[in-house]
Amino acid sequence: MTAVDFSPAPGAAPPFRRITRHGLLEARLLARNGEQLLLALFIPLGILVAGRLAGGRLGDFAELVPSLLALAVWSSGFTSVAIATAFERRYGVLERLVATPLGPSGLISGKSLAIIMILVGQVVILVGVAAGLGWSPAFTGRSAAVAVLLVIMATATFVCLALLLASRVRAEATLGLANLIYLVLLAGGALVVPLERYPAAVQPVLAGLPTAALGEGLRAAAGGHTLGWPLVVLAVWLPVAGLASWKGFRWTS
Amino acid sequence: MPSAPVSPLVVEGLTVRFGSLTALDGLTLTARPAALTAVLGPNGAGKTTLIRCCIGLLKPAAGEITVLGQAPGAASGRHRIGLMPQSSGAWSSVRAGELLHYLAGLYAHPLNLTAVMARLGISRYATTTYRRLSGGQQQVVNLVAALIGRPELVFLDEPTAGLDPHARRATWQLLRELRAAGVTAVLTTHAMDEAEALADTVYIVDHGRVAISGTVGELTSGGQNLESVYLANTHTQAET
Repeated sequence: MTAVDFSPAPGAAPPFRRITRHGLLEARLLARNGEQLLLALFIPLGILVAGRLAGGRLGDFAELVPSLLALAVWSSGFTSVAIATAFERRYGVLERLVATPLGPSGLISGKSLAIIMILVGQVVILVGVAAGLGWSPAFTGRSAAVAVLLVIMATATFVCLALLLASRVRAEATLGLANLIYLVLLAGGALVVPLERYPAAVQPVLAGLPTAALGEGLRAAAGGHTLGWPLVVLAVWLPVAGLASWKGFRWTS
Repeated sequence: MPSAPVSPLVVEGLTVRFGSLTALDGLTLTARPAALTAVLGPNGAGKTTLIRCCIGLLKPAAGEITVLGQAPGAASGRHRIGLMPQSSGAWSSVRAGELLHYLAGLYAHPLNLTAVMARLGISRYATTTYRRLSGGQQQVVNLVAALIGRPELVFLDEPTAGLDPHARRATWQLLRELRAAGVTAVLTTHAMDEAEALADTVYIVDHGRVAISGTVGELTSGGQNLESVYLANTHTQAET
């Protein structure tokens, strides 16, 4: 029998190592999950290729690419996080990790790191494929900076909303709801379809959605323009979602 | 005169309510250093709620908890405790060895993983995803996960539930080694034989409060076995 020294020797690894370890593990687990990979990468890639092959029947290709980048942010920031967190809560992963040196703040930081890694991977692949298919965006320095800011604000908003959903609803229900919300806002949230193509009566309502703010903002930025209202919309959503998730989050089921 | 050793866990008058339900109702207990404290009680008695309060996951309505001299959940104390939750505590798609390597990376002086995995047979299924492990294998991985940071105090929520007799005995042996090594353990269980075999102190909890406590010898001094003492001091949920 192998001898093991169980004598207490408590000590925490440095914070950077803890957060990096967690981020890498979550990113690996997400990349292994077929359903999440479908949402995060294969659906946007499929639409991208179909959009090119359709030759304009799915909309202007120059407009389609930023729309799909918005879709990627939406799927990784909201749907993936909601489903993964709901099952982490159900399986007691959150409960275990809260009692480790990682703690609640390290867990949130590690999750954020994983999302950033996944998002960077998505953007690199989508932009690479889009460029290969002939996409030539007209970003200016200013519009690119606004696009990055929009992605950061939208991701943070989506993650907060996802955490709130995951912690208030059973895991199986979260799975269904997160996918349903994903599809509803994909089609009806001015995320992929430009706002101007919706009936005039609903446009003001849709413009207040974070998905519309992201989609419209990215489409404008890729065309070299900057819009102020998407930033305002997200500046309202982010603190509200952050506060709701901070107050409403439950670690255990 | 030498001072009395400080208790790693002191719980006083702990009260937790979930809406109209009182899960803990003035519960008081103490865990002695390098000893094994067993908390026995029927389903719904408040055992898991107690542990969740001790790690800072739940805020009590009343009462005090001191964990290794600190408030529960204090950031500066998290590396000093270990937790084996009642639920799996693992991602379904994580590999057994991958989970343990990840957790070991959170600590400065973790257990020797190669040695502990060999000792408990985890090496054989280290590359198997957690959801494909048997219930017993999952329990073993969970136990090691709780101990991996070489804690001073470990909370074990029903650590042998679902284990076959061989695995239970192996776990008991490991828990005895922990105590000998100076680790304080607080375990919840339904198993009377487990408490009799391992516990230095037993707290029988019912309706969120301690019904009776003492060493196994003290509790059974009237000639009854521990199960009889338990049955005499607890109620089924149907009776509540």
